Amino acid sequence: MPMSAAAIEQAILAALPGATVELTDLAGDDDHWAATVTAPQFAGISRVAQHKLVYAAFGGRMGGELHALQVTTKVPT
Amino acid sequence: MSDSNARISDLVTSNDVVLFMKGTALFPQCGFSSRAVAILDHCGVAYESVDVLQDMEIRQGIKSFSDWPTIPQLYVKGEFVGGSDIMMEMFEAGELQQLLDESGVERVG
Repeated sequence: MPMSAAAIEQAILAALPGATVELTDLAGDDDHWAATVTAPQFAGISRVAQHKLVYAAFGGRMGGELHALQVTTKVPT
Repeated sequence: MSDSNARISDLVTSNDVVLFMKGTALFPQCGFSSRAVAILDHCGVAYESVDVLQDMEIRQGIKSFSDWPTIPQLYVKGEFVGGSDIMMEMFEAGELQQLLDESGVERVG
């Protein structure tokens, strides 16, 4: 059962309060998503650490229930 | 568990550039792995690819080894660099080429 856009956004916002999330349905199948996450929490940490914060929002679901999530991280300007 | 850790550790230290991926460099089995291969080919570096679909122990082990939930995963000189999204971001910023240059990685024709 794939995660809905709303569930993906909710999970990210719960883990990263104050973030903005932009979701794009890559394949038009509700299952392959691209997320651009802009979050103040990303300031001053490495890309790997930024992506880990996003992945952590999904607990163990990343790579399983959530098969395809392309992540781009940004620090708010 | 410790067995797969030892194998992974050996792979990433005995090769300058290692890509853990689904499928082979010639026949990637996943869009993200395919993108990672394309980026490395574009950089023109020699790399070792490990098909995790052929090795369940590595497939599970690499996730805890790197503390990273998805595949592909790129290692340069024993250091975890990131997955395909990070590879793309770094490539577009010129940072991946810079990292490979600074690491003295062998270039191929």
